[in-house]
Amino acid sequence: MTTVDHDAGPPEPAGASSPAAEDPVAAPDPTAGPGAAAVAGPPDGAPVGRRVVLGMLGLGALGVLVGKTLQSGVSRVLTPVQTADPTGLSQLVPAAGGFRIYTVTDSLPHRSDADYQLRVSGLVDQPLHLSLADLRALPATTLVKDFQCVTGWRVPKVPWTGVSLSRLLVEAGVQPGARAVRFRSFDGAYSESLTLEQARRPDVIVAYEMLGGPVTQAHGGPVRLYVAPMYGYKSCKWLDGIEVLDKVVPGYWENQGYDVDAWIGRSNGRDDAAV
Amino acid sequence: MAGTTRPSEAAAASDAPAPAAARGGAIASLVRFDRGERVLHWANAAWFAVLLATALCLYVPAVSEVVARRALIKTVHVYAGLTLALPLLATALAGRWGAGFRADVRRLNRWSADDRRWLRTRGRDRTARLGKFNPGQKLNAAFTAGAILVMLGTGSIMRWPEWWPLSWRTGATFVHDWTFIALVVAITGHVVLALSDRDALSSMRRGRISGAWARRHAPRWYEEETGAPAATDRR
Repeated sequence: MTTVDHDAGPPEPAGASSPAAEDPVAAPDPTAGPGAAAVAGPPDGAPVGRRVVLGMLGLGALGVLVGKTLQSGVSRVLTPVQTADPTGLSQLVPAAGGFRIYTVTDSLPHRSDADYQLRVSGLVDQPLHLSLADLRALPATTLVKDFQCVTGWRVPKVPWTGVSLSRLLVEAGVQPGARAVRFRSFDGAYSESLTLEQARRPDVIVAYEMLGGPVTQAHGGPVRLYVAPMYGYKSCKWLDGIEVLDKVVPGYWENQGYDVDAWIGRSNGRDDAAV
Repeated sequence: MAGTTRPSEAAAASDAPAPAAARGGAIASLVRFDRGERVLHWANAAWFAVLLATALCLYVPAVSEVVARRALIKTVHVYAGLTLALPLLATALAGRWGAGFRADVRRLNRWSADDRRWLRTRGRDRTARLGKFNPGQKLNAAFTAGAILVMLGTGSIMRWPEWWPLSWRTGATFVHDWTFIALVVAITGHVVLALSDRDALSSMRRGRISGAWARRHAPRWYEEETGAPAATDRR
């Protein structure tokens, strides 16, 4: 820098001051300009870059503090757009109210509708082996309720159709001494549990339809659990086993620190609106 | 310190630069980016590519469904994110190797009156005489630097949510998501513009840029580096 100072010096003030004379808007700036040029040499002018960086840090921090409120606003506005969008492009808009697809295994587990079987076993009078057709033949329950993830995203007003879990438990006949129900996923890794009392709630269903069609593979099809009043990790995807037990066995995420009783708004330190 | 090395580099590599400059004649080519800057640029590009690819796997449902392996992808994304700034820091602290980078950071930070005028007129004001970087490049650099810090902060809140109030996790996700979108737009623009100016792109691979390019796009920088007037082929 030092070697070029005497060369670059003369053009510098000329360039900085002559346009300023023509341009009243720029007038306040040259007061900093020539001074800086005299001291620092060629890269003169205001440190706008630093201001941009600091501004972004401020905005980022503000966003972290108020983002929760903003996000639910964005979700409310964009969810209708998203549900009506055939291209799927609106999936890319953050917080647009869409699902995120979580798996705990290396790939999405697959089971065809024809091969699918749901076993109900454990402390029951009559173990059940139900095909998808068997499930569809049972009385259907439809719920339109939000899906709330413990990581913060929420999909409002999702239609779910299936057989209520309490109905399946009646079909199998729960034996005395039963206290809990355990769910197994055919992904080979995931499991979940509910107390028997929780499992008998009317807003807990074994769903084969979701969002107006069959439950897709990504959403846990052909059959998944939906536990409306609890965080999403309770709603075991790719469900193929229901076991009635004498005590609750903590599930996949519960072994990693999530609450076993996962009531929305009353667990995991969160205060989301209940479903 | 850049000033002491750069003109000499230009002098060493060009055919007969010193006499030409003394006569006010044209310089054939200049060093636009030194080796440290070029290595840093492509290291950053590789890091961003890994982050972008893993982000798409985690974030876009259609891609999540195909790729799955969420735990592995998340680990790669987190480590790439935590180390993203290391090449920048290492270069900034690396003595002569980082000289060009440090000088350019200073240039990118400072805005002249001509820069403001150029930006106000979207580059149509041909009398605005620019230095080494135009205001678009300066904005892009500042935005990218800010975005790296914002992504690092919000990503850390998402990775270690137990250290912070819980509502921050949702807020951090929100900021991380929107900054991601903005970064995709900025990086796409950067790549499209780079591909539209092969000389500039080549200078990020080989280091040198023609004197004609410098006189046209960066007249003040040309004068600063060579001591020769750049005005000859402007008016």
